[in-house]
Amino acid sequence: MNTSKTAPDPSLVVEMRGIVKRFPGVLANDHVDFELRHGEIHGLLGENGAGKSTLMNVLAGMYRQEAGIILVNGEPKNFSSPRDAINFGIGMVHQHFMLVPSQTVTENVLLGLDDPRFFLRLPDYDLKIAELGERFGLKVDPRAKIWQLSVGEQQRVEILKMLYRGVDVLIMDEPTAVLAPQEIEGLFVTLRAMVAQGKSVIFISHKLQEVSAIADRVTVLRRGVVTAAGVASKGVSRQELARLMVGRDVIFAVDKKPCQPGEIVLDVRDVHADNDKGLPALRGLSLNVRAGEIVGLAGVAGNGQSELSQVISGMRECKQGKVTLGGDTVSNRTTLFGIQHGMAYVPEDRTHVGSAPNLSITDNVIMKKYRKAPISNRGLLDMKVAAKLANELKQAYDIVVPNVSTPVRLLSGGNLQRVILAREISGLPSFMVAVQPTRGLDVGAIEGVHRLLLSQREAGAAVLLVSEELEELLSLSDRVYVIYEGKIMGEVAIGGEVPDENLVETIGQMMTGTPLEQIRKEGVASHD
Amino acid sequence: MTESTSLQKKRAAWRIRIEPHLNEPPPWYPVLVSIGALIIALILGGILILVAGGDPIRSYQHIAKAAFGNVGVLSDTIVKATPILLAALACSVAFRMKLWNIGAEGQFIMGAFGASAIILTPILPAETPRWIFIPVMMMAGMAAGAVWGFIPGYLKAKFNVNEIISTLMLNYVAIAWINFWIFGVWTEGGFQMTAKFPENSWLPRLLDYAETFPVFRGLTTHFGLVIGILAAIVLWLIVYRSRWGYEIRLIGDNPHAAQYAGINIMRNTIWVMMLSGALAGLGGMSEVTGVVHRLQTSPVAAGYGFTGIIVAWLAKLNPLVIILVSILFGGLILAGREIQPSGVPKMIQGIILVCLIASDFLLRYRISIERGEE
Ligand SMILES: Nc1ncnc2c1ncn2[C@@H]1O[C@H](COP(=O)(O)OP(=O)(O)OP(=O)(O)O)[C@@H](O)[C@H]1O
Ligand SMILES: [Mg+2]
Repeated sequence: MNTSKTAPDPSLVVEMRGIVKRFPGVLANDHVDFELRHGEIHGLLGENGAGKSTLMNVLAGMYRQEAGIILVNGEPKNFSSPRDAINFGIGMVHQHFMLVPSQTVTENVLLGLDDPRFFLRLPDYDLKIAELGERFGLKVDPRAKIWQLSVGEQQRVEILKMLYRGVDVLIMDEPTAVLAPQEIEGLFVTLRAMVAQGKSVIFISHKLQEVSAIADRVTVLRRGVVTAAGVASKGVSRQELARLMVGRDVIFAVDKKPCQPGEIVLDVRDVHADNDKGLPALRGLSLNVRAGEIVGLAGVAGNGQSELSQVISGMRECKQGKVTLGGDTVSNRTTLFGIQHGMAYVPEDRTHVGSAPNLSITDNVIMKKYRKAPISNRGLLDMKVAAKLANELKQAYDIVVPNVSTPVRLLSGGNLQRVILAREISGLPSFMVAVQPTRGLDVGAIEGVHRLLLSQREAGAAVLLVSEELEELLSLSDRVYVIYEGKIMGEVAIGGEVPDENLVETIGQMMTGTPLEQIRKEGVASHD
Repeated sequence: MTESTSLQKKRAAWRIRIEPHLNEPPPWYPVLVSIGALIIALILGGILILVAGGDPIRSYQHIAKAAFGNVGVLSDTIVKATPILLAALACSVAFRMKLWNIGAEGQFIMGAFGASAIILTPILPAETPRWIFIPVMMMAGMAAGAVWGFIPGYLKAKFNVNEIISTLMLNYVAIAWINFWIFGVWTEGGFQMTAKFPENSWLPRLLDYAETFPVFRGLTTHFGLVIGILAAIVLWLIVYRSRWGYEIRLIGDNPHAAQYAGINIMRNTIWVMMLSGALAGLGGMSEVTGVVHRLQTSPVAAGYGFTGIIVAWLAKLNPLVIILVSILFGGLILAGREIQPSGVPKMIQGIILVCLIASDFLLRYRISIERGEE
């Protein structure tokens, strides 16, 4: 088209016109236009696989577009590497960080720069970096080693790296997916400080309320096409955004039948376990899950949720206490024992635990079924049956890929999660532990996962749902336990109706370490 | 400030940039790159020959003739390729699980020892018929190799002992071990070799059938080739079509996911190292009963286990591709022997190797040369 003839708009820092990017079998970006103004936070929304990361990777010089042009400050620029992009003032923070764990924050920030060349005068740079952090509200100790930092702090290091390189445009790909609620607030403070100082931010997220809260304008992609271009975020409702993303109405409320709990399926009794660093992570934790109910586990990330799911699935040593599944002890047994006794596990870490990145979708979906007929046939694998299964799951779970022999490393975050869920649910488990199953999923997909979890419950399975999203827990669970520093602070039942303020308040207090009895006692005391 | 800008200007003239490939290269790309590497290697070699005052075209013709020129040398090439093939298969299966077994050499030697022990102890009398001798020796060779694989496998699984070091060390132990038997126990009149094996323990060779098929006259290609090709096919089936192979691939790609899928990594470590050792041992057996016909250090410990590492790697661990790459290497080794004085094939062998390994880099990185602006 005649896009290049239009006069450049001086208020724009970046203008992408008619970007086309194709992958084998997928048109990830189909003539996408995108405009970023000076000093704005621009939300980029879209369902899984819509092409958001692809578009931003083009802007960050990671991919080269097949058609279309990019203008920076009104001038057409040629991007052929991330280094080019940074030279033009554009930097991206990816969802998985690229830091060297054994080095300090300062060393990581300086890594790959030409200056300093030979002699590292680290203390000087420590100071510089601390100042830079100060300016943008990024609190992190420049001398700390990366491995000592929380995920939130590591993200700050990634942002610092970009700021240190002097970028004017910062792209953040799903930055909040890895953060705890307080950390999200901190990130927002930083982003606002950045735009106040004239920088611009592109913010990718699936969480509509976040986008409404932080972004000035929003662009929505659907299947590689723009469905809303730079609309003011104040002017659109959550419902409208959701419709623009998925192309249909999304029902936020779930339709939940009354709970008919049966026998206790999973029983966790007085469990103690250490984390990877050898420090106590679970300290006498007990809970149970009955057949036909969803039990939520609420808590701020890092309070022992991951360790608990690992102890249950047999991947972590249980120091004391035990876990039983339908009467059989599963703790300190092999992972295989749990699998053979109907346990499904959706791990928190999709890429490092839940999947084998270089193997195909087919190979990934048979991970727990390859031992048995019809896939296994006297020690040989029937790859036709396996491929058929994979194709069925691809259909049923809406996994968007050209074919099932694609290595899963090429899948978008949401599609990978669907592969894992498809694998776990299709095993018809009697018990399922799902850790953050909707993390990184779009609203439509979340709705789908919620429906799947509820259908598990209706089919009589016991489900333990670990999540940091209180809203999700409250809408799906029949009971909620709250975990804090490896202990259960209390248990509350969730009625079918809208949860009242009090309940949310109570759970919030438990999440910060107040046991339920104490809250009740004080509540009673204050009423007296 | 000014200093740094002028510095930048100086550096900005021409730049070579190396960046990881971000887009998935199409499937034909690796093949094309490998062929390209081969051609570049030949051109480079040609230039060197030219500089040294030779005629590159004639030299290449000579090498091609020496390695593949007629049925006779082709047969010799295949004889050289056979031990490499089995050693490379051994390496490939271990590498697939990211077990860095560089002890195929030692396992190969032990396989040769195991097979020899059947004859020399003697476990079977010298007049045993061939159809009993050969299977028993195959078993013995595989078993001895498997033991040599089991040791590092067990140490790795139970005590997390680095297999690179343990397998490397065991190579030297294996040489010392057979030297002890060759010099001390089975020595043939004090020479550094054992007595010649009885003919009914030899692997059948094509020349054995020269009476019925006169074309086979003088061809030393032996039954080891069949063993090697069958082993490659079976290994392919194991890796890509069996339950066990699935476990091996899963562990190799992501051990955490394998553990999550309920796979016993320790047990697989031991089994895969044993399989790897058994394949290398089979290679040793095939060499000693098909070519050398006696246990002797230098022709057995000739570095096939190390060549196997390179071949496995260049074949991207694919058992069927290993067959082809082994034959190429067999040819180069043979040509090296045939026209030794000039040393040219050795050099070309080295150049091809360097080019192929360097081309691997091309598969992962994009190299561009550009004119800096500003
Ligand atoms: N390197 C690649 N090779 C092949 N296909 C790819 C590659 N990267 C992305 N795709 C495909 O392109 C499409 C767009 O992917 P992209 O990662 O941009 O989606 P996204 O909007 O970021 O989704 P999500 O929210 O799930 O992260 C998907 O169908 C994906 O499978
Ligand atoms: Mg993405």
